[in-house]
Amino acid sequence: MTSDPNFRALTGIAAFAMLALTAGAAIASEFERVRPVTHAATQKECGECHMAFQPGLLPAVSWTRIMDGLQDHFGENASLPADTAAAIRSYLTQTAGSGDGRLIRITEQRWWLRKHDFEPSIWSRKTVKAKSNCEACHRTAAQGLYEDD
Amino acid sequence: MKTILLLAATVAFGTGVALAASGDPERARILDGYAAQAKASDFTGFSAERGRSLYLGPHAGGKVADTPACASCHTRDPVGTGRHYKTGRDILPMAVSANPKRFTDPAEVEKRFERDCVNVLGRACTAREKGDFITFLSNQ
Ligand code: HEC
Repeated sequence: MTSDPNFRALTGIAAFAMLALTAGAAIASEFERVRPVTHAATQKECGECHMAFQPGLLPAVSWTRIMDGLQDHFGENASLPADTAAAIRSYLTQTAGSGDGRLIRITEQRWWLRKHDFEPSIWSRKTVKAKSNCEACHRTAAQGLYEDD
Repeated sequence: MKTILLLAATVAFGTGVALAASGDPERARILDGYAAQAKASDFTGFSAERGRSLYLGPHAGGKVADTPACASCHTRDPVGTGRHYKTGRDILPMAVSANPKRFTDPAEVEKRFERDCVNVLGRACTAREKGDFITFLSNQ
């Protein structure tokens, strides 16, 4: 029974799948990948004041709330012409990720907090300045590649 | 076209905008637009000196208490690279001499005035202030 070639092939495939899975997990823990920003207006407008965060970093509900509140964007007026704002809104919500839609800060999402559980003094370093400054530590963050270090 | 050129020449001649307007045709057109709007009041020409005061501040009453001046992000030396006061993001120099593409895209210029003036001054900038600002930075 166990020497049935079909069964042997199946166990082979299963073993290979397991291997691929673990290898994948290992790679992912060194280098988290998020789909990079591919929308020119989003890149330009968000990127004037901070790194243009990838849509996958927040759920659609959060992006909608951010785009609803540009007049008071974390304390600043960041308003945009209506047509530009509409194009950015649809790009962000259509390519959004998952997470807690009640939170509009990426840095308050549970997954983010879990990965950034270190001394608070790091955030006040001159080269870091803000939690939102991903690139201070993740040099390739703008391309959606977040290396663990 | 002739009238626009004539208008531009008159404005430039009369008020010392000549330097600013001579660089880039698109920038000259933006300045002419603000001059035409400012004309409604007691406008006698843009002033680099007033532009400098607007740029350096400090101002009170802005939406963002941490940015009492345009210089808070664009830095006190407009030839140098700026830095967003909160995120640390680099901002290319504002001085036209250091960054010749400055003030040549009307939509971008209006969008940023609309936003940055509210954050720093707590209100929109007037056409005269916008022209003063560009004139100051065109001469830097
Ligand atoms: C919170 C930071 C911040 C402050 C304060 C600020 N700006 Fe800006 N400003 C920016 C950023 C970011 C850009 C876009 C990036 C760029 O153009 O290099 C910009 C661009 C501009 C532009 C567009 C220039 C162009 O070439 O199109 C104008 C005009 C401008 N700012 C005017 C002002 C004025 C006037 C003030 C003061 C009343 C001011 N800014 C204060 C951050 C700021």
